[in-house]
Amino acid sequence: MTVNVIGKPLPRVDGRAKITGVARYAADFNQPRQVHAVIVSATVGLGRVTGIDTAQVEKMPGVVAVITHRNAPRLPYAPHKSYIDPATGERLHVLQDDQVRFYGQPVAMVVADTPDQAERAAVALRISYTAERPIVDPADPKARPVVPEAGKQPDARLPADTARGAADSALADAPMRVDEIYEIARENHNPMEPHATVAAWNGDRLTLWSKSQFVINEQAEIAAIFGLPPENIQVICPFIGGAFGTSLRTWPHVTLAAMAARQVGRPVKLVLTRKQMFFTTGHRPRTLQRMALGATADGKLTSIVHEGTGETSRHEEFMEALTSVTTFLYSCPNVRTRYRLQPLDTGTPNHMRGPGEASGVFALECAIDELSYKLGIDPIDLRRRNEPTIDEGENKPFSSRSLMKCHDLAAERFGWSRRTPEPRSMRDGRQLVGMGMASASYPAFHAPANARARLLADGTAEVEVAASDMGPGTYTSMTQVAAETLGLPVERVRFSLGRSDYPPAPSHGGSWTMASVGSAIRAACIAVQEEAAKRPREGRPIEATASSQRDPDVAARFSMHSFGAVFVEVAVDPDVGTIRVRRAVGAYGIGRVVNPRLARSQCTGGMIGGMGMALMERTVLDTRDGRPVNAHMADYLMPVNLDIPPLEAHFVEEMDPHVNALGVKGIGEIALVGMAPAIANAVFHATGKRVRTLPIRIEDVLTA
Amino acid sequence: MKNDEPFTDGAVETEERRGGLSRRSILLTIGGVATLAAAPEAAAQPISERPLAASTGPVRLVVNGRQHELDLDPRRSLLDVLRETLDLTGTKKGCNQGACGACTVLLNGRRIVSCLTLAAMHEGAEIKTIEGLETNGELHPLQTAFVEHDGLQCGFCTPGQIISGIGCIAEGHAGTLDEISFWMSGNICRCGAYPGIVAAVADAAKRA
Repeated sequence: MTVNVIGKPLPRVDGRAKITGVARYAADFNQPRQVHAVIVSATVGLGRVTGIDTAQVEKMPGVVAVITHRNAPRLPYAPHKSYIDPATGERLHVLQDDQVRFYGQPVAMVVADTPDQAERAAVALRISYTAERPIVDPADPKARPVVPEAGKQPDARLPADTARGAADSALADAPMRVDEIYEIARENHNPMEPHATVAAWNGDRLTLWSKSQFVINEQAEIAAIFGLPPENIQVICPFIGGAFGTSLRTWPHVTLAAMAARQVGRPVKLVLTRKQMFFTTGHRPRTLQRMALGATADGKLTSIVHEGTGETSRHEEFMEALTSVTTFLYSCPNVRTRYRLQPLDTGTPNHMRGPGEASGVFALECAIDELSYKLGIDPIDLRRRNEPTIDEGENKPFSSRSLMKCHDLAAERFGWSRRTPEPRSMRDGRQLVGMGMASASYPAFHAPANARARLLADGTAEVEVAASDMGPGTYTSMTQVAAETLGLPVERVRFSLGRSDYPPAPSHGGSWTMASVGSAIRAACIAVQEEAAKRPREGRPIEATASSQRDPDVAARFSMHSFGAVFVEVAVDPDVGTIRVRRAVGAYGIGRVVNPRLARSQCTGGMIGGMGMALMERTVLDTRDGRPVNAHMADYLMPVNLDIPPLEAHFVEEMDPHVNALGVKGIGEIALVGMAPAIANAVFHATGKRVRTLPIRIEDVLTA
Repeated sequence: MKNDEPFTDGAVETEERRGGLSRRSILLTIGGVATLAAAPEAAAQPISERPLAASTGPVRLVVNGRQHELDLDPRRSLLDVLRETLDLTGTKKGCNQGACGACTVLLNGRRIVSCLTLAAMHEGAEIKTIEGLETNGELHPLQTAFVEHDGLQCGFCTPGQIISGIGCIAEGHAGTLDEISFWMSGNICRCGAYPGIVAAVADAAKRA
């Protein structure tokens, strides 16, 4: 039986669970005898805890325990580093000493019968500190950039320095130049679901119902921290209420929940407050970038210099792909990139949707736009003139590259031909109208993954992977892959994920879930069919486990990336400076699309994330103590329903036989990349004001 | 096999459920006992730190048609009572500050953010949560519209969006797409499923 379900726009298989409230997220796993833990966060930005008055709080109603560095167990904290952790530095060891390294660091924990009793007790806990002034402002003269340790080797995945040709002299000699500084604010992921863990011990075995994009690593990390064999720990996470990267790492609250549960001998639920989501669970780092382009008068790039610095914490060197795209997006003989980190007294940043690429592409795509005005060349045409035939950074061919096809498709759907090139030349009544566009790119990663497939006597199949679904539709798309491979209708396939005792999967991020987990599922389904062919069924289930990874030879031969084009129309009120996105069109070359309905949703969702990055989102730190002053969902602005214009996402036909057996390249990240520069470029076209700082605010377009 | 089977309990079945002892009854016991501690000294303490002076007596709430008599600390939010005492975890806590809409429920037919209201204020009130929308096994039309229009991704804001959408339609605020966007702007969706949310509300409004 053949059923072509890959490529079908099926509704979500988990839709019913989500619309009925049946889907259970970490904090929904209430346990018998459960108590509630609330973290007390440091209210100084650097210093030491000198006193904690626990006696009064211990007497408050319902309070079961007050845990501080004084009475917390000394945990083994055996070395553990996954690829999702910074290669250099050491994670925060929570409640192990009196030091405060950044504002909001956990310094105590209160456990009580009900959440409100725990909250009241946490508020009542008096803590004294000796405090110093932290350095949290990248512009602070005492803040010194460093060369990232893991970027020093010549074969580093994210090299600190790259060069081909002689970029600086070529820049100096270029007939036409753009040389500007671009700045992007710190952003917080702010998923709707706060981080949460319910921890329950049974002897020396621990179950964690915990929000995680990487249950296998959460298991391994908690095992290392508590000095237990990993098999003693079970991490369960069937649903994630959005994450965008914040739940890739296992942050201190997971350790705290487990610690509290062991201490009080009862299951403990620990949920971060929204404010605490701004302290210890990562953020998109603030970046400062110099982007310099040199070009001939007819628009051929002769030099690119890209120097970027991202903030990190004192205790870990968080790196992201800030300068990577610059090395291959356009053809240019002379390219130099430099990536530095600036350690500050804050929590460690981490990956946030489109990490590195979203920030780096903003600088590159704004600079290309600036160059197009200087040259008087249409910005699409300028990109076409610099379209490379190979990845000139890696010096190898692309496995597939549909960038110009994306531009052509998006331009046509958008109606780019109606644009008049002159800034401030288009109006709608009083409103200044601007049209801008940008390219987008993100790597087509593929990580090793495993899957188990089981054929049951009733003609149905079960597939299991320790994968995650933070919203893109893993449940649905993987069911489609399994159904197609097994030749079964989707109704007869049941796909389960989110348990650490399932076959290991890579982290759920970097747009590699479909490539990695999907390929493993395909392999397991083929293996179970082969198994079934070998022996009669006899009413017993037949099971097979298989793994998949990218062929290293293919990886060595090809440069593999997704490409896209984003077009945006904005309207700017010339008197009050309000900026509204009026419509946006994106076109993406992402290989095969497994489920167009879900893929479109993911793309328009990414565009909305990009609107936030461009026009709203920034976490502001008080430079006196490092306190995020807008750690609140009403003050950290994010797109709401009324902000959303008509959005279109299109996919160009793209067959990539090299990336993986499914021919998929990933969607989640590229959907956000490119939106912010397209908006910034549209704002320039509308107003004639070039804003190089994100988010773009009213005052930026109002000031002359 | 129904598609939603793997999700009904997040692939985990706790022992006491199998044994017939419900988690809900256990939690109710804990919730009732925990709140009744005595409270002598108070005067100089901020109100938030004061132990409860006296019980207000049982609070009667009708949730999804079922009547509950609860002995509650009067400072407990309706949201915490729904989630932690009644184990109705479909209603979500997104910010606990009234800024995100994830905890929206219908209170006597009107939508309200349950994190910003105290349960004890609503003696006798009828409360409808996401768990109470099915009638005779039939989903509410807005629930099915959310799946049809893909008005959700991660699903965490979805219960609040659906409840809010029902309120929006009942208020007569679903006449145009712009009107829906405006009146649904109290419910944040970080995945950005807004186009589908508006389409779903518009669709259900037409059918209502």
